[in-house]
Amino acid sequence: MAERHYDAIVVGSGISGGWAAKELTEKGLKVLLLERGRNIEHIKDYKNADKEVWDYPHRDQPTQEMKEKFPVLKRDYPLNESTMGMWADEQDNPYIEEKRFDWFRGYHVGGRSLLWGRQSYRWSSMDFEANLREGVAIDWPIRYEDMAPWYDYVERFAGIAGSRQGLDVLPDGQFLPPIELNCVEEDVAKRIEKAFDGTRHLIHSRVANITQPKPEQNRVNCQYRNKCWLGCPYGAYFSTQSSTLPVAMNTGNLTLRPFSIVTQVLYDKDKKRARGVEVIDAENNQTYEYTADVIFLNASTFNSTWILMNSATDVWPDGLGSSSGELGHNVMDHHFRCGASGDVEGYEDKYYFGRRPAGFYIPRFRNVGTDSRQYLRGFGYQGSASRQRWDREIAELNIGADLKQTLSQPGGWTIGMTGFGEMLPYHENRISLDRSITDKWGLPVLAMNVEIKQNERDMRKDMVQDAVDLLEAAGVKNVQGEEDDYAPGMGIHEMGTARMGRDPATSVLNRHNQVWDAPNVFVTDGACMTSASCVNPSLTYMALTARAVDHAVSELKKRNL
Amino acid sequence: MNRRELLKMITVATGTAMIGGNALFAYSADAKGEGRFEARDTRLLDEIAETILPRTDTPGAKDAGVGEFMTVFVTDCYTPQEQEIFHDGLAKLDALSRAEYDRDFLSLDGSQRKTLVSRLDEEAKAQVAADDAPHYFTMIKQLTLFGFFTSEVGAKEVLRFVAVPGRYDGCAPYEPGQPAWATT
Repeated sequence: MAERHYDAIVVGSGISGGWAAKELTEKGLKVLLLERGRNIEHIKDYKNADKEVWDYPHRDQPTQEMKEKFPVLKRDYPLNESTMGMWADEQDNPYIEEKRFDWFRGYHVGGRSLLWGRQSYRWSSMDFEANLREGVAIDWPIRYEDMAPWYDYVERFAGIAGSRQGLDVLPDGQFLPPIELNCVEEDVAKRIEKAFDGTRHLIHSRVANITQPKPEQNRVNCQYRNKCWLGCPYGAYFSTQSSTLPVAMNTGNLTLRPFSIVTQVLYDKDKKRARGVEVIDAENNQTYEYTADVIFLNASTFNSTWILMNSATDVWPDGLGSSSGELGHNVMDHHFRCGASGDVEGYEDKYYFGRRPAGFYIPRFRNVGTDSRQYLRGFGYQGSASRQRWDREIAELNIGADLKQTLSQPGGWTIGMTGFGEMLPYHENRISLDRSITDKWGLPVLAMNVEIKQNERDMRKDMVQDAVDLLEAAGVKNVQGEEDDYAPGMGIHEMGTARMGRDPATSVLNRHNQVWDAPNVFVTDGACMTSASCVNPSLTYMALTARAVDHAVSELKKRNL
Repeated sequence: MNRRELLKMITVATGTAMIGGNALFAYSADAKGEGRFEARDTRLLDEIAETILPRTDTPGAKDAGVGEFMTVFVTDCYTPQEQEIFHDGLAKLDALSRAEYDRDFLSLDGSQRKTLVSRLDEEAKAQVAADDAPHYFTMIKQLTLFGFFTSEVGAKEVLRFVAVPGRYDGCAPYEPGQPAWATT
């Protein structure tokens, strides 16, 4: 058994792991970054980045063979030819669905930072205070003021395109120029503003796509190809590969080890500290131990918790961090697939040039200010307007030259949007370790038991009806509300299972993301979340990670870890 | 455009969701069918597709290799049941051609083909409206439009395509008759 020592170990190389590696190495620590999957090198390994739809034999649609191989992935849009190889192998990495749970995983260097939607919003004061005010679950141990400087810090580095709006529900950040709305969206925005007396707003989406170059990071501004999920050869969107990993590498302090599945945190009972991690090499099945003074778990929400559940079981049968009884509990996601769409008359002499990796955003307005609903929390909308393409329905034409001619030209304008709703943290929504089946490496798997409840179901009615009302108030015609089935996980925003809190009796992590029972173990991915807000979570993971590293290094210097 | 902002389904001008496409029939059993297209089928599909989207001053379905695309897509992406409908359909189409004109489809002249394919289009639309199992012609028409407009020829010579736009203009002028963008 080989043994190596580092100042710090980071488990997982996605959005938060990349940040942990960058921050720790920049502060001078020797860091081992462990990634369970293969390496993907920036630009060089983006094998589909310059392909077009006709380069795929099935034009980017899934084959029956792909559907057999990816029975979970096929439940929604991620199963396609262009991103094959970017999702975890479902045969090698099974899990149990006590209740349906769509788990879309990226097991490779960069994780889902290569595949993410890039929508980047700050949480508001209201989000951090909601649990306390409403008596839901437990209070967050931090407030917006604790996070604001760290949001500033990560936004400046990552590069977020957006516009300042001065809204309390969606604090402004350090923005690059926004990605434009098109002329229909601009006009719909004005009409919504007027129809709702300035209480509802349609604004630029805020995305981690740079609209100005960042030469210091070798990143070129967005080229408007809208192919982000294939890996960007321009480095125009934030990913581990484009942004955090190169900085960490340049310090000379980073060792990246792909194909390294962390099986447990090694716990020293006497010192009440972690001393390192155990790793199975995914290729040769050998077991290795690496030791460190501080460990960051950024293995993705459920996998960070899986590691904790599998650690120190001689002291706590349910694993490291389980003493509160909350480890694995309070799973959240964003529930969505509710919205509306319709036709916009006119603007026939307008079109667009370029393909945006963005659209518009309508910040939460429910249960804000004097608004009060029968459910708690709220939702925001993401959407866009565009002209119809060749795949529109044309009832009056059947076949021939006229059909071809008509479909070759753009159709009328349509606009649509989908709500993303906050899901409450319910103790009984949980993941657990299941030893009845094992993965390719003989390791126990996770069993998922998560559902939405009445609060979410009530909210979904508003998510449809408010979308209809917003569009109709803006003069949109033939508005149709839509509610599609949602299963937990589909939002790909899984959160919770190792929540932060003020009290070790009711939480897994303290206010600096340290495991109460092992203060040199930090968890700064989605596992740490105490509630979910309705905004996309990744920017918050970045800020929490940078904040936690700052604390970890200062504690190390004080010899408190 | 955000990858999941719209609750979209490809209706492909046929009034029904794309058969064999993603995110549909998500819980249906998956099984791969046997490849059973012959060279004549590709020619037949090419000619049906060309009747739907003929060459004019711009390329047509045959120029875009739509017949061959259909054989690949049906073999790899359709369920065995859907493949059955598709293959039976090709036989039915030839039988109809023989009943009407005493010749198979490939031996018909242009106007006969047009008449026959138009009739099938009406029949298929009626079946979609009745919410029955898909008509084989719905499948052929969907795949013709999809295969054509997502082909390189369709994208570059019939629609407009710019690989690297480099900028975004959300309020660009549009002149009547200008082609649509191939990708959004």
